[in-house]
Amino acid sequence: MNIQVLGTGCPKCKSLEKATREVVAQNNIDATITKVDDIMEIMKFNIMTTPALVIDGKVVVKGRVPSMDELKQLLTNKIYFL
Amino acid sequence: MNFQIFKSRNFQTALILLPVWYIIYINLQPLTDWFIDSLLGMDKGAHFTAALRFFIFEFPKVILLLVLIIFFVGILRSYFTAERTRKALEGKKTFTGNIMASLLGIVTPFCSCSAIPLFLGFVESGVPLGVTFSFLIAAPMINEVAVILLYGMFGWKVAAIYIGTGLSIAIIAGWIIGKLKLEKWVEEWVYATKLGESDCEEEKITFSQRITMGYDAVKEIVGKVWIYVAIGIAVGAGAHGYVPQEFMASLMGKSAWYSVPLSVLIGIPLYSNAAGIVPIVSVLIEKGASLGTALAFMMSVIALSLPEMIILRKVLKMPLILTFVGIVGGGIMLVGFLFNWIF
Repeated sequence: MNIQVLGTGCPKCKSLEKATREVVAQNNIDATITKVDDIMEIMKFNIMTTPALVIDGKVVVKGRVPSMDELKQLLTNKIYFL
Repeated sequence: MNFQIFKSRNFQTALILLPVWYIIYINLQPLTDWFIDSLLGMDKGAHFTAALRFFIFEFPKVILLLVLIIFFVGILRSYFTAERTRKALEGKKTFTGNIMASLLGIVTPFCSCSAIPLFLGFVESGVPLGVTFSFLIAAPMINEVAVILLYGMFGWKVAAIYIGTGLSIAIIAGWIIGKLKLEKWVEEWVYATKLGESDCEEEKITFSQRITMGYDAVKEIVGKVWIYVAIGIAVGAGAHGYVPQEFMASLMGKSAWYSVPLSVLIGIPLYSNAAGIVPIVSVLIEKGASLGTALAFMMSVIALSLPEMIILRKVLKMPLILTFVGIVGGGIMLVGFLFNWIF
């Protein structure tokens, strides 16, 4: 699974990245996490509010930091699909 | 109306909490008096008693107002997203677009760290530059915390004046920027950026989830601003009894014409959130500053901030940033002069 955290470096973007890494580690999810800082790259996802979470190229969260529970659900649900 | 909502835990909690809020709110004054006079048994005439009474009453009052209104604003905002706002503004020309953008700027959830993607997203999809500016001016200036605090400390008239003049500045400044055709001062790469396909469909949200969003907004915003409110009111309480009444009159009073431009200039590099600035403004007014000067100072601090300009510098060339500051700053000065003249 390919996880991208989009954000230009605001505090919320950092907390989303941190939370994502925690959830992935805690649940032994097989995923690569990349942080996308470049605004040109971010705009390719056509979002207007950061931070955003992208799983396998699809924007699943934008403009907010979801709770740990919600993150876990988002990240583990994907695994069942694969 | 879907009656399912009555079964939601969220909704039930809100129904219970609302009357509790009301009972505390209407009993704040007697509670404060009981605490100061009976429980602590303090000397009624002392300066310190007056200062403490002011703090013990004002702080919970303002926090209660913040909690209630931010809860409802949080629910209201769940109906607005940046995407919907953009759709509404696409291709809008001249005045109507500026008015709509300013109004939507108040209700669309917006955080200054999203200023760049929002600017790109708007401009790229055909929202005119001037209309985009109306949005970017109104969004930070007329925020709920500023309005609630003004209402709590000065009453509804001052809050209404603030909203009205703030909206006018956003509408007219955006309109002027649109008329000046300043697209040449937007960084070239902005227009070269390609937006990707938008594949994120709107999520379906239930009303119960919207209530959750209201609670989250309260947690996030009140959790962040309470300390500034506390400090601001403590400063106000301290100044209450100790600083002479006409202390600010010579510097920020009506008779000093230069006070308005000076306040705006001082306010630009100062960066504070509304929660910290309103209690300070209330002290200034109490100590002899005129309403127009104090309002101008507050608007300048909130609407024009150095960090935001540094962020915007990524997409705007320096002349456009200076024009933006000049027009908005000029508008704020006009508001200051107008209110010094009326009141």
